[in-house]
Order: sequence, then C-alpha cells, then structure tokens
Amino acid sequence: MKLSNDLISGKIWRLGDNVDTDQIIPAKYLVTSDPDKLAMHFMENTHPELAKSIGKGDIIVAGRNFGCGSSREHAVKTIQGCGIRLVIAESFARIFFRNSINLGLPVIEAKIEAPEGTVLNVDMEKGRIHWDSGESEFQKYPPFLKKIVDSGSIINYAKEGLIRQK
Amino acid sequence: MKNNGKTAVEKVFSEKSGEDVYAGSIVEAELDYVMVNDITGPSAIDAFYQLDVEPKKEKIVLIPDHFVPSKDIASATQSKKLRDFAWKHEMPNYFEVGRGGVCHQVMMEKGFATPGALIAGADSHTCTYGALGAISVGIGGTEAGVIFGTGRMWFKVPETMMFRINGELDSSVEGKDVILNLISRIGVEGGRYKCLEFRGEGVEGLGVSDRMTMANMASEAGAKCAFMAPDKKTEDYLNSRSRKTWSFIDSDSDANYDRIFDIDASELEPVVSMPGSPADVKPVSEVNDEIDQAYIGSCTNGRIEDIRRAAQVLKGKKVHPRTRLIVVPSSQQVFEDAVSEGLVKLIAEAGGYVSGPTCGACLGGYMGVLGPGERCISSTNRNFLGRMGDKDSKVYLANPSVVAASSILGRIASPREVYEIVK
Repeated sequence: MKLSNDLISGKIWRLGDNVDTDQIIPAKYLVTSDPDKLAMHFMENTHPELAKSIGKGDIIVAGRNFGCGSSREHAVKTIQGCGIRLVIAESFARIFFRNSINLGLPVIEAKIEAPEGTVLNVDMEKGRIHWDSGESEFQKYPPFLKKIVDSGSIINYAKEGLIRQK
Repeated sequence: MKNNGKTAVEKVFSEKSGEDVYAGSIVEAELDYVMVNDITGPSAIDAFYQLDVEPKKEKIVLIPDHFVPSKDIASATQSKKLRDFAWKHEMPNYFEVGRGGVCHQVMMEKGFATPGALIAGADSHTCTYGALGAISVGIGGTEAGVIFGTGRMWFKVPETMMFRINGELDSSVEGKDVILNLISRIGVEGGRYKCLEFRGEGVEGLGVSDRMTMANMASEAGAKCAFMAPDKKTEDYLNSRSRKTWSFIDSDSDANYDRIFDIDASELEPVVSMPGSPADVKPVSEVNDEIDQAYIGSCTNGRIEDIRRAAQVLKGKKVHPRTRLIVVPSSQQVFEDAVSEGLVKLIAEAGGYVSGPTCGACLGGYMGVLGPGERCISSTNRNFLGRMGDKDSKVYLANPSVVAASSILGRIASPREVYEIVK
C-alpha cells in the first residue's frame, strides 16, 4: 500500500512547541548517521526517559514549529530509529519537513487534543484522524509531494526520474 | 488583489525552473551550486551513489567545517569520507583544512554566491548568501546528494516579508542587533517558509559583513531564505571574487508581499538574546549577568570586521581573571587577515585565546564546550538549551563588540561601560 493512502494506528507521545533539532538529537552525537545508535539519545536533554519508553509504531504529537534549528537530517533518522511511525505537529520547521518527506517519514499538520497514550487512527487518503473521544482533519499532500512520499524517498523519486530520462 | 510584479525570489525561481511562477508554486529548479559539510556530506554521498550517475562536478562544493580539524576518531571518519569522495572524483571545489573554513564564509569569500544565483546548502544557515542577492536555501544531506547527480531539486516558491529599516542606525548598532531585534518582533517561527527581504537606509548604510550577519539569522525566524538588493558595496565585494558573471537584481515595485514591516532605525539598540531562545531579546543596558566564557566566531559573526571590532574594545585591556575569551576566525582568509593586521597579537596580549577556523563550539562540538551551569556570551546564532555544551549551561547571543566588552568585565556589558570603568 502506498503511504499516501495508508491507514496508520498508534499510541501518542506528546511534545511541546518549538522542539529544536538540538533537543531531538544533541550535536555531540552527530558523529554517526546510524538510526539505531542515534535513537538511544532521542530528546535526552529534556525527556531522558522517552527513548526507552517509545515503542515501534508509536506516534509523536507536538505543538508549533517542530524540528526548528539545524538542517541535520539526523533528527529524522533518530525518530525513524525509535520506530516512530508518524509525526503530527501543529506546524513544522521547513527543513525538518523537507527531510521527513525526502527520507520517507510521514509528517502531517494537525491539532490533536487528546492526552498522552491515546491511540489515534489516521487515514492518510481521506485526511482524517479519529480517536476514542474526538477527531481532527488535516490537509493532504499536494500532488508533487505525494509522488515523493509514495516513492518512499527522494532517492527513489530521483531514480525513477533518471530512468525516464534514459 | 494580486499584482503582476515579482519579488526577487519569484524571479529567481522563475528563471531557474523555466516557468513563470509566483509564491506558492512547487517547482523543480536547476541549482547553480550545492554545498555540503562534514556533518551532512556523508549522507549526501550515500544518496548520490544510489543514483548510479556521474556527479555534476562543477556544481558541487565540499567544505568540511563542523568538526575539523577532527576532534575524535568518529568525526575523522566522517570528514575522511568527504575527502575520499573529493579525491576519487577529482572534485574541483573541495576546501581542505588550512584552505577553507566555515562553509558559508567560504561560499561568499570564494565567489560562489552571486546576485540571482540559486544555491542549496546542507546547512540551515545557507540563507546567509541572501546578503549578496543570491537565493540560497538550507536543505538536508540526502537531497543534496540527489542534486550531486541531477543538478535539480524541488522547492516551494516562498512568500516574501519585507523589513524596511528607515533612517540611519546608531554607530553602536550592528547587523546582529538589527536581526535579533527583528526576530524578537516576529518570533522564532514568524518567518517560517518565507523569504525575508531587508531594505531601507538602515540596511544600505551597513557594510556587506553586517548584512551577512542579518541574512544568516533569517533561519532563526524559520525563514527559507533572505534577500538584500545588491548595490555598489555588493559589487565591490564581488569584484575580485565572483566565479560567474552576474547582474543586479531586485524585487519589482509592484511585487506582492506577504507583510511589510516599517521600522524606525532610531528605535534599534544593542541587544542580548537571553538563554533559551534567539527571540528573547533585552537591551544590553538591562543585562549584567556574570559569565564564564566569551566566544567570538561562527558563520554569523566570525569575519574580519567582527574581529576588528572586538580588538578595538580589547585594545590595552585585559580579559577578566574569571573569564575566558575564545576567538575563532570564520575562515583561513579571516585568520590570515587577523594575523597580518596584528589582531591576533592584540587579543593574545589581552589574555584571549585565538584558534584557526572551525564551527567548533558554536554547536557544542569542541574547542570551547560549556560545562554544567556555565554561562557564555557568544557572537553565534543559537542559544537553545544545551546548544554549546551541557544541558544546564547557558548561552547569551550578542554582537562581537558586546562579547569583547563582557569578557573584560566578566559580566554582560556594553563597550561604553568598559570605556567608562577601565581607563
């Protein structure tokens, strides 16, 4: 199934506004790009227990301007290394958003008023999110971004384009 | 109602995509250059090799800077990957330790950034080249690797926010103070996805170096890029440097702006960003916190003009016994100029430490990392929690004159206070 019409379910972990990439993965760990090694240090300065608690398939729900600061795609790889399936935020910093799309981490902009631990059901095709006591909607990807998302990564997308040129 | 005129960023994306586009369109555009450093280069190289094509050598610029000279074996392994790639493909634009420096300074100094050029860099402060009229955008390492092979990338054409600084700035107000003031007005996401265009007498009166500081920190407001219309000062800077022919570019007078801010230059004063957020700004006159370290360097404020200003304050004075002053020139050229102008000697005699260029401690890498509870006043760009070291350390952002003054008094202070207290 393509990501853009996937159904995603997972338990949420809540983070606040302006979570910067130095919080997501401090610069001292940028000596590796290995998602598993990076994942051990996810949010360790502000949420030291989080990396250990998060389970495969969980969802991050954050506030405004998630992923601001440096261009390090280690931030996306760290989140992927933790097994996080989806990041929902009220808004994203632009390079983090690009990196997520380009590396195949689904990210959507929505406001979710549900407590930590709630299980969300996200319909990527319809742009709808619902949980036991509420629901929300989000803007689906524009057609161009949908192509990249469905290719799995910017690398796959570029390969397909290069093949077309040959 | 929508006008037909275009902003500078709309013009550049129209030219580079071959389509007539305005803000909001998503385009695939041809890049003039793509730059990576030792942190983002390795993933770019991995991505590039998956494409199975020849590299677009003339477009690729490789500049190790974050952790070079290597701080440990892991960082040495990363920069070796960049170096091996450069030599394997005989890359014309690789800048080795001792011949380069902080990537953005090198991109401008070596003439890659020119008016109207479209440049992508795998570093968030790539927006700096807007000071020279280039449209330059921070991206991730993987997509940079795709550009290595294709020369092209997707972009959303951003809306433009105009900041018009009306009137002349006081001589104590530097580019750093202007941009910190603007960030405090719009907030750390106030410019998200936008191009920030700076105009007016206040900007025209500033030298190219101060303009670079302003464009550099557009990313701290969440912006995609910055733009300043090139003028005679830009032309003089580019004269002996530019690698390509260029022409003057500006936004049309009937262009569509997202917002326009009119700012009275006389309202601006030297400021400090308090620990935690670049937007949490106070006048220097209201802050006198004690400091352990004073740091001058980075792509934001590590140019020769910045070191000259610091030296001017330090001349004949001593760094406070409890404080350490660390000065890191932003490029080999800046370092050489600082030596030949006698600034290194002057700073050393004042009790300051001067090193060669590196991003180093700006991002908590090395050469000045902070311990638990330590406070640093810094000419760099970010004061997030734990940015320069331990999670319980604190970073205050200021212009290099204020940093130098603070190093002398051991607390945050303006140069004027130093002149009054230390005769």
